[in-house]
Amino acid sequence: MTDVARLPRRRDRVARPGTHRALWPLLALAVILIVDGMISPNFFAIRIVEGRLFGNLIDILYRAVPTALVALGMAVVIGSKGVDLSVGSIIAISGAVIAWRIHAGDPHFVILLLALAASVVCGMWNGLLVAGIGIQPIVATLILMVSGRGVGMLINLLYGGTDPSFESALLQGLSTGHLWLIPTRLILGAVLFVALWLVIRRTALGLFIEAVGGNAAAANLAGVNARLVTFAAYVICGLMAGWAGVILTADTHTSDPVSVALYIELDAILAVVIGGGSLAGGRIYLGMTVIGALVIQALTTSILISGLPPEYNLIIKAVVVLFVLVLQSDNARTRIGQIVSGGRR
Amino acid sequence: MNRKYIPLATTIAVFLALFLIGGAMYRNFLSTLVLGNILADNSFIIIAAIGATFVILSGGIDLSIGSMIGFVGVSMAVLDRMGWHPLASAALMLCFGILFGAAQGWIIDFCAIQPFIVTLAGLFLLRGACFMVTVDSVPIRHDFVQFYASLKVHLPGRGVLRSSALVMLASLAVAVVIAHFTRFGSNVYAVGGDRESARLMGVDIRRTTVSVYALGGFYSALAGVVYALYTSSGYPLAGSTLELSAIAAVVLGGTLLSGGVGMVVGTLFGGMILGLISTLIIFNGSLNSAWILISSGVLLFAFIVLHRFLVSSIGLRETQ
Amino acid sequence: MSPETPGQARVEMRAIRKVFPGVRALDDVDLRIFPGEVHALLGENGAGKSTLIKILTGALLRDGGEILLDGRPVDVRSTKEAQGLGISTVFQEVNLIPSMSVTQNLTLGKTGGRFGMISWRRARAEAQAKLSRLGVKIDIDQSLGSYSVAMQQLVAIARALDDETRVLVLDEPTASLDADETAALFGIIRDLKAKGIAIVFITHFLDQVYEISDRISVLRNGLLVGTGPTSEISRQQLIAMMLGRELGEVESAYAAHRKTGEGAEVLTARGLGRRRTLKPFDLTLRAGEAVGLAGLLGSGRTEVAKLLFGAIRSDSGVLSLEAGPVRHASPRRSIVAGMAFCPEDRKAEGLIGELSIRENIVMSMQAKGGWLRKIPRADQERIADEMIRALAIATPDAEKPVSQLSGGNQQKVVLARALASRPRIMLLDEPTRGIDVGAHAEIILLIRRLCDQGLALLVASSELDEVVAASDRVAVMRDREMIGEIASGAVTRDNIIRMIAGKDDGRG
Repeated sequence: MTDVARLPRRRDRVARPGTHRALWPLLALAVILIVDGMISPNFFAIRIVEGRLFGNLIDILYRAVPTALVALGMAVVIGSKGVDLSVGSIIAISGAVIAWRIHAGDPHFVILLLALAASVVCGMWNGLLVAGIGIQPIVATLILMVSGRGVGMLINLLYGGTDPSFESALLQGLSTGHLWLIPTRLILGAVLFVALWLVIRRTALGLFIEAVGGNAAAANLAGVNARLVTFAAYVICGLMAGWAGVILTADTHTSDPVSVALYIELDAILAVVIGGGSLAGGRIYLGMTVIGALVIQALTTSILISGLPPEYNLIIKAVVVLFVLVLQSDNARTRIGQIVSGGRR
Repeated sequence: MNRKYIPLATTIAVFLALFLIGGAMYRNFLSTLVLGNILADNSFIIIAAIGATFVILSGGIDLSIGSMIGFVGVSMAVLDRMGWHPLASAALMLCFGILFGAAQGWIIDFCAIQPFIVTLAGLFLLRGACFMVTVDSVPIRHDFVQFYASLKVHLPGRGVLRSSALVMLASLAVAVVIAHFTRFGSNVYAVGGDRESARLMGVDIRRTTVSVYALGGFYSALAGVVYALYTSSGYPLAGSTLELSAIAAVVLGGTLLSGGVGMVVGTLFGGMILGLISTLIIFNGSLNSAWILISSGVLLFAFIVLHRFLVSSIGLRETQ
Repeated sequence: MSPETPGQARVEMRAIRKVFPGVRALDDVDLRIFPGEVHALLGENGAGKSTLIKILTGALLRDGGEILLDGRPVDVRSTKEAQGLGISTVFQEVNLIPSMSVTQNLTLGKTGGRFGMISWRRARAEAQAKLSRLGVKIDIDQSLGSYSVAMQQLVAIARALDDETRVLVLDEPTASLDADETAALFGIIRDLKAKGIAIVFITHFLDQVYEISDRISVLRNGLLVGTGPTSEISRQQLIAMMLGRELGEVESAYAAHRKTGEGAEVLTARGLGRRRTLKPFDLTLRAGEAVGLAGLLGSGRTEVAKLLFGAIRSDSGVLSLEAGPVRHASPRRSIVAGMAFCPEDRKAEGLIGELSIRENIVMSMQAKGGWLRKIPRADQERIADEMIRALAIATPDAEKPVSQLSGGNQQKVVLARALASRPRIMLLDEPTRGIDVGAHAEIILLIRRLCDQGLALLVASSELDEVVAASDRVAVMRDREMIGEIASGAVTRDNIIRMIAGKDDGRG
C-alpha cells in the first residue's frame, strides 16, 4: 500500500531542526577560529610536549572545561525556567571542602566524594527554596550567591585557614594531568557530559524538566511532579558546579573562596544562551551549550593571541550577549524588521 | 498598621537591635562617632542601592551598578590627570550614568529581554571599559579632594557627618520626593505592582522603564563619584560585586524583589544594617570577614522568606 | 424612562463584524443600549461577549459595522478615546494595583501638578469625591490589596466613573462576590441607573440577570441570538438561547443507544466538595458509560472535574476508585490510578507549546511509568503516529511543535495524551471548545466509541447538544452545586434546561 500520509523518515526529522539550531553557534565558532588562523599562522598546530598534546585548539578545550560543566548544569536549570546564580559560590564551597579534608588527612577519593556531596547539598538548598517555598529563582539563588563564598572562607577556618594550599595526586591528576597524550580534564569533561546526557535524555527527566519549564501548570495536570522535577534540576546544577570546583581548585592547588570562578555564573548563562537555550525555559540543549562555552573560550583565546589587551574580553563578551539576545527576541526581530521595511506598528 | 509597612518596620527593628547588641558588647559602640563612620563608609553603597530601589520597585534589576562605580572612578581619575576639575568630570560622569541607564532600559523594553541579562551585559561592558581606560590604580590629586574630605558637620557627641554621608542623605531626600511625591514615582510603583494593570490605567510603560533605569544609572554614577572622592583614586577593579551588596541593602530595606512594594527610606536602613554587621565583626577582631558574607546571607534569607509569606498574605499578585 | 419606550439609544452598535485568524468572532451583531437601563449581555465562553465589549471600549478595532453614540457615529480607536467619549469599563479581573493605596489607585495617571509633582492633599480629596459618588466610606490610605475583592471591585467602578460617564460596562462584576456584597453593588448600580447612565452588565448568574437588568441580549458563536426586555424572556427561553440550537435527529439517534448503568462502578464521590468552590456532591462513574455534566458558565462544571482529578484539593467527602478510597489526591496519583483529564483551557493548562506533538502525547504515559523507565524513542514514535492516525490529527509529522497546530488539532493532541496513558476513567472538560464543526462531530463520535470500549467518561460541556449527544446520564450544575441527575431514559434538551432553570419558570 502506498501511504501518502506516511511520516517522513526519522533521520530527516531529527536533522532539520537540529541543523537550523546548531548553525549559528557553530558558524560563530568557525569564524572565530578562522580569524585566529589568519592572525597566527601556527594557530592550528598541535604538537606533543612531555607526553601530552599542546596547541591552541587543545588549550581552548582545556580552559573551556570548567565553564562548560557549569554551563551544562545551568542549561538544565534554565530549561526548567529557572536560573542559578550561586554556581560560583558552590565552586568556592566544594574547593574549601577539598582543602579542609586534605588537611584533615582523609583519603583523597573520599575527599572527592565529600566535595561533590557538598555541592549537591547546595543544589538541594536552592531547589528547596525554588520548588519548596516557591521563591523566584533569581532571588532564591541570590542568597547562596551572597553567602556561599563566606561559607567557603569559614570552612577554610576549620583548620586554621592560614594555608589553604595542598597537594593531591588524585585531584591534580583529574585537573591538570594527562592520559594517553590527552589532558585528563578533557576526558573527565567528556565522561560527565555523557553521564549528564544519559540522565537527561535516556531517562524521562529531561522531558519532564522541559515540560515544567514550558508550562508548569500543564505539566502538573499531565501527571508530572513539577516540584520534584524542579528540585532535581537544581541538584544537577549543583553537582555539575561541584565538578567544576574540583577541577578549578586542583588546578590552583589551593582553596580561594573569595576570587575563584568569579562571574562564572554569567559565563555559564551566556554559554547556554549562545547555544540557543531560551531564558524563558522549556528546552535543554546540552551539546549546543558546550559549543556556547567553546565560543566564549575561543573568543578569550583569540583576544589573547591577537595581541589586544585582555581587557577587551569583557566588552566583546557583552556585545556578543546583546547581539545574540536581540537576535533571539522575536519582539525585537519583528519590530526591527518593520523599521527596516519602513513600516510602523 | 498598614501591612505593607511590616517589612520597613522589621528593617528598622533589626537595625536598632543590631545597634543595641553592639552597644551591649562593646564600650563606645553606642555613639554618634560609630554611627557617623558607618554612614560615611557605606554612603556609596547606599547611594547605589537607592537607585537600585527604584529599579527593583519597578519590577526590574540592575546588575551594572558595581561596574559603573568602577568605571566612574577610573574615568574621574584619568580626567583628573588630564587636568579636569573633579566637579566637571563628576558632572560628565553623571550624564553618562543617565544615558547608559536609559540605554539599558530602552533595550529591556524594546527587545523584551529580561533586565537581568541586559544589565549583565552592562556589567561586562563597563568593567571592560574600566580596563580600557586604565589598568592601574590612578590617584586623584586635585585640591578639591582635600576640600571634600575636610567638609563635615559635627553631631552631638564626638561624631561627624562627613561629606560622603551628606551627599548620601541629600540624594536620599531627593529620592524620597521622587518616589512619593511625583507622578513618575507613582508610575514606578504601578509598573512594579502590576504591569498590565498599569498599562490599562494609562501608565506609559516604556517611558517609565527607560526613566527608571536612567535614574538607576544616575545613582550608580553618583555612587561612583562619591567612592572616587572618598578614596581619592580610581582603580579598575573597584566596585566588583558591589551590585550584590546594593541589592542586598534594598531587600534588607524591606523592598520586595518582585516589585511594587517597598520604600526608599528603608534602603538607608538596609545599607546601614550591612554596615553595622561588618562594623560589629571588625570590632570583635577575632571573627573572620567570612561572617560578614554569611550573616548578610542569613538576613537576606530571612527577609526573602518573610516577604514571600507577606506577599501571599496580602494577596498580592506575584509577577515573575 | 421605561424599557418599553426606549427613545434615542445611548449607544447603537450596528452590524459589528470582527474576524480573527480562522475564526469569525462577531458576525453582524446589533446592540442598542438606552440611557438609564441595565442591559444584560449573556453568552458562554467564546460567544463573543468580550470581543463586542472590547470593540465598544476601544480595546479592539472592528472589521465592519458602525457605532453611534447618542445618534452620532463615533470611531473608538483606543480605551483613552472611549473614556473621552464617556464610555468606561470595569473588567472582570480587577485591573488595579493591589500593592498601592486606594488613593493612588483612584488617581494614578489622572493627577499631577507642575513638574510632575503630586499633591496628595488634592489627590486624596479627589479620591474621596470619587468614592462618595458611590457612597463608599473606606480608609483611602490603606493598600487596595488589604480590602475584600468586593471593595476592590467598587474602587474599580469608582475609578471608571466620572462626571462625563455616559456608558458603564461591567464585565462579570459579581463573579467573586457573596450575596451581601452583590446586593450592595446592585444598590449602587440602581443609583447610577437613576442618574441616566447606560449600563452594560455581563454576568453568568441568571438570578442576577432577572434581579437587576431591564433588557437582555444573548450572543452565541459570534451571533446575536436574541434580544428583548427581561420581563418578556423566560428562564427556559434564555437558557435555550445560550446553550444552542436543537438537533432533534442526532439526539434521537443517540438516545436509542443510551445505556442504563449496568457497568461496574469505577469511581464514586460521596459528599466531595470544597469551601467557596463547590458544594459537596455525589457522583458515580461506571465502566462503559458517559456521564454528561451540564450547567451554565460558572456553575462549577470545571471544578467537579478538577476535584475528581485531584487538581483541586477537596476539603470534605470521600473519593473512591476501584482500588479503594483515595487519600491526598494529586494529578499524578490520579493518572497512576488510571484516570485522565483533558482541561478546558488548552493553552494554559493543556499543552506544552514548545514541545513536539510526540512529546506532548507521551507525557502522561511517561509520567505514569516514572522518570527512570523512559519509553524508547521508537515506541514513542509508534504511539504518536498511531494517535495521529487514530484521531486524524492534521500534521506533516509528529515532531512539529504543538503550538503550531490549529485549535481542533491541539484538542486532539490533548485527547491523545490522555488516551495514550491507557486510562479507565476519562474526565473531559469542554472537549470541543473552539474547534470547527467537522472536528466537533469526530470528537463526539470518538467519545461514544471510547465508551463502547469500556471506558468511564465524564463530559463537561457548555453545549447542550453535545451533552445530549455524548452522554448516557447527565448531572446538572447550578451555582456551584450539583442539583440533580437525569437518568438515561430522560436525557433531553428540555429536561436539562428545565432543571437548570430550576425553581420557577422565569418571569415570562
